[in-house]
Amino acid sequence: MDSKRNSRRELLKAGAALAGGITLGTSGKAAQAQAHDHPVTPSSENASPMIHGSKELIEYGQRSKYVTSVRVEHPIGGRPSPDVFGKVFHVATPLQDSVGVITPSSLHYIATTRGSFLPDIDPRQHTLTIHGLVDRPLTLTMDELKRFPSVTRLHFIECAGNRHNGKQKNVQDTHGMTSCSEWTGVLLSTLLKECGLKGSAKWFVAEGAEEVKGASSIPIEKGMDDCIIAYGMNGEPLRPQQGFPVRIMVPGFEGIYHTKYLRRIKVTDRFYMNYNEFGHLRPEDKELALGEQIGPKSVITYPSGTQRLPGPGFYEISGLAWSGGGAVKTVEVSTDGGKKWNRAEFKNTPQRMAHVRFAYPWKWDGTETQIMSRCIDDIGQRQALREEIANWWKVPLERDYRVPGLDNSVMPWNIARDGSVTNGLA
Amino acid sequence: MGSLKVVTISLLLGLPGSLAFAQSPTYGVGRTPTAEELRRMDISIGPTGEELPPGRGTAKEGAQVYVQKGCVGCHGATGVGGLAPILQSTKGVDVPVWKKERILPLRAPHATIVWDFIRRGMPLGLEGTLTPDEVYSLTAYLLFLNKVIPEDLVLDKQSLPKVKMPIGDEFGKPHQFKLNAPRLEGYPY
Repeated sequence: MDSKRNSRRELLKAGAALAGGITLGTSGKAAQAQAHDHPVTPSSENASPMIHGSKELIEYGQRSKYVTSVRVEHPIGGRPSPDVFGKVFHVATPLQDSVGVITPSSLHYIATTRGSFLPDIDPRQHTLTIHGLVDRPLTLTMDELKRFPSVTRLHFIECAGNRHNGKQKNVQDTHGMTSCSEWTGVLLSTLLKECGLKGSAKWFVAEGAEEVKGASSIPIEKGMDDCIIAYGMNGEPLRPQQGFPVRIMVPGFEGIYHTKYLRRIKVTDRFYMNYNEFGHLRPEDKELALGEQIGPKSVITYPSGTQRLPGPGFYEISGLAWSGGGAVKTVEVSTDGGKKWNRAEFKNTPQRMAHVRFAYPWKWDGTETQIMSRCIDDIGQRQALREEIANWWKVPLERDYRVPGLDNSVMPWNIARDGSVTNGLA
Repeated sequence: MGSLKVVTISLLLGLPGSLAFAQSPTYGVGRTPTAEELRRMDISIGPTGEELPPGRGTAKEGAQVYVQKGCVGCHGATGVGGLAPILQSTKGVDVPVWKKERILPLRAPHATIVWDFIRRGMPLGLEGTLTPDEVYSLTAYLLFLNKVIPEDLVLDKQSLPKVKMPIGDEFGKPHQFKLNAPRLEGYPY
């Protein structure tokens, strides 16, 4: 096989050399056309070598070898993923390299209940059962689930552990535990109506099929509104790391509610405190409430920590904004440490519980400064500075102040005279 | 038409309201799980413990199961010193529970959660294989290690939900979720 391939390559090389000879004296256009059709030679105008077509490249594709953006463990220096047993805990998405609003499925953040094995589920063996306070319990195979009317929507998922502090270096560490995808599936309300929801239903428990059977209690109002029993992600089946063959999307709620490997939904009249809820436990009702729906949040991804501006001049400041309460209404950017706030533009239409890409055109004059963003969502919630939040709770703003609930405070980036960007909380 | 008929008949028979509005399935896809399937699958245990299976266990028995089932390997001989999360507090008896470590058999508001998690999530690699007696025993052992219950208390379907946890009532309760509303009423952020 190998010798055959090698000899063919030699032949092609010879052919290219010959073609180069023949094109002497013909028009430049023809020479260019020839160059694209053949492997490169030192004299060719095409400076790039050919990507040799392989079965894998043809069948599923692969990014350029020059694109090296990867997920990393979260937090840096924390529990490694994979660990010695091949288990995965928390892994962050490289937001610093992101463009647009879709996180590539290969780069979507990962979190597991306790550091779990990824179950290798055969979709032909997997079923979803809905029972409890319904008139007719229902068991569906994955093929049957796909027969129901479907929806396709953009939604972010964000982990409760997505907290920024002064020790982190870049936006992957500070904000990489959020990702946004296009999800396809059946509205849970469609399935609950099919089962006939009883009037006494108040909560439902969504349970996974992985070894720890992770389960969360979710209000039935949410279930009847916009929860999706999702089997598709960015145009293909869910990835195993995202719950293949089926997960529940609970738009705007913290990541742990989005049960992966969904096997069972039990409709109940009461709150079941599962292990997941134990993890959420807080001393006060108020703080507990802030650990459910995610507040309005935004972050500048370019320029951001560890990046470097080559010199004074024009830059398009760019970032992501989202809210668990609805769609983002406005984003503002400050380039002078928060003295003046400027309206940013949207690069796509804001959607409910989805990332939106914002941008602000900026001419950097080469002086030291601080840049940051803040947003307001369409139900009037506003992203605030850490000091504003501490003031509201009437507590002193100490260096290690912990914003209650998922941390949605403003993230500042410092820009030094040499163009280097560092964490503004440091 | 069909649902109208159901309403009429239900009213005539004096059936409860919720049933009167029951709709027939729209798509008719899928099947009805058997009672046995549901019984095997439904592992949810709520705070009242009404779903608990029969069985019993004490801390002494639990200490043996803890060794037999290899819990020691990950959690250490007495719930400390292993690679897995600690199971016994290292803080003094007088330290308030919220200042102690986040340990399930210590901070859980209901002992039923401890039972539920051991049942569904342990031991690593053999999840779901413990018998109800073993789960009652391990729960008793871990609660005893954290000085929540005496060593001789027999835990079963009746006594487990009655265990008084150190946290008492000092934990946040879930609020009434409202659609399209701020995450906390009156909170601007």
